[in-house]
Amino acid sequence: MSSLIPAVETNGLGKKYRRIWALQDCSFSLPQGRVAALVGPNGAGKSTLLRLLAGVSVPTTGTLSVLGRSPRIQTVDALSRTAYLDQDRPLYKDFRVGEMLRFGRELNPRWDDARARRHLDELRISLSSRIEKLSGGQRAQVAVALCLAKRPELLLLDEPVAALDPLARDELMHILLESVTDDATTVLLSSHAVSDLATVCDYVIILSSSRVRFAGELDDVLASHRLLVGPANTVPTLDDAVVISSVITGRQTTMLVRSDRLIVDPAWKVIEPTLEEIVLAYLREDAFSRPVPDEFRSRRGRGSRNSVRIVQ
Amino acid sequence: MDIRDAMIHFRLDGRSGVPPYRQLVDQVRQAVSLGLLQPGDQLPPVREVVRQITINPNTVHRAYRDLESQGIVEGRTGSGTFVLALPAPTTTPQRQSELHQDFMTWLKAARAAGMDDEAIVALVGFAMRSENVSNQSVTP
Repeated sequence: MSSLIPAVETNGLGKKYRRIWALQDCSFSLPQGRVAALVGPNGAGKSTLLRLLAGVSVPTTGTLSVLGRSPRIQTVDALSRTAYLDQDRPLYKDFRVGEMLRFGRELNPRWDDARARRHLDELRISLSSRIEKLSGGQRAQVAVALCLAKRPELLLLDEPVAALDPLARDELMHILLESVTDDATTVLLSSHAVSDLATVCDYVIILSSSRVRFAGELDDVLASHRLLVGPANTVPTLDDAVVISSVITGRQTTMLVRSDRLIVDPAWKVIEPTLEEIVLAYLREDAFSRPVPDEFRSRRGRGSRNSVRIVQ
Repeated sequence: MDIRDAMIHFRLDGRSGVPPYRQLVDQVRQAVSLGLLQPGDQLPPVREVVRQITINPNTVHRAYRDLESQGIVEGRTGSGTFVLALPAPTTTPQRQSELHQDFMTWLKAARAAGMDDEAIVALVGFAMRSENVSNQSVTP
């Protein structure tokens, strides 16, 4: 398929459960071949978005296209191109690992049994183990290995590394990235462990209070956000910077801003924030709905994705 | 490729604000300037780097492309990415030594004025940021 077609494209997507919106006005485009992190607090709408993309639930408003088509068109071909792993990691607990493999083989036209066996071997999981005897971490590993054996073009993973120890998490990410290297698989995964994602992902979608707060390339996210530290009761020269969050103590102001221009006010120290600091700033802004100083209010709005590097 | 044959082993700091591709670029540049990587040496293949440090392959590609555009390495189709001849240093060792002398004189004056390490670092940072301001006003 043409790599010009986005792996995922949503426009004004919304999902309402009874009277509560679980996801609202969600618009973003994910290019093919990316590893995208979907981050946000519990209840932000991450699982809802993944379920919509997987076609297991129907949107209330808006449109979405997955690999160029509606995920509700569930032909054998369409189903084989996308793999979705629910956060409950559904596996038949009475099955042995080898039987789960056979199950996948019978149902999937593009099944790669050798790959699944190789991954399970690397993860030291025996084909004769019964699913219910495996630890939670091992079940997650088996589930991801099964998803990868489908050789999907798009892999949707809901909290794949939750409750995994650091080694298991690293091994899981490793088999995932290997398949990205070999097949240019697009991956969209939700996670709480933001600091782990910075080296694995190249695209970030920040969801909070059922809305998309930011969606863009990881490099652009990092390049377009800066932490400014300066004297309290003063305002840095910001041009069109957008203030995401600010903390004012007795003598010092710390603010996280998004800017496409150079920030070079000499009185202010400019620091490159980590992905975690950026994500937290967005989530905090929502949690406290901190009022924004008037001088920035008119400048709030959409930032361009093509950011200019900020010099320090 | 066996890990012991690789000339460079990358590290990644996931908690750093420096984008991962730039961490790789910096490590190669540093290894080249320290002579750990020499012209003709091969950078580890992307697949190998993914294996070593669980990194997104797109990030490694991006870092190698960046190094190529800086003229530090060269990608050869089908065989890998290789270190090129080292770029000529921007200043002569003699000029560098003069600048060092000048700075030591300044440092002595700063110490005599009672400035400690933190105050000096803060002042240097301030001066460099001010320089950026004047540069920006020339080319808006």
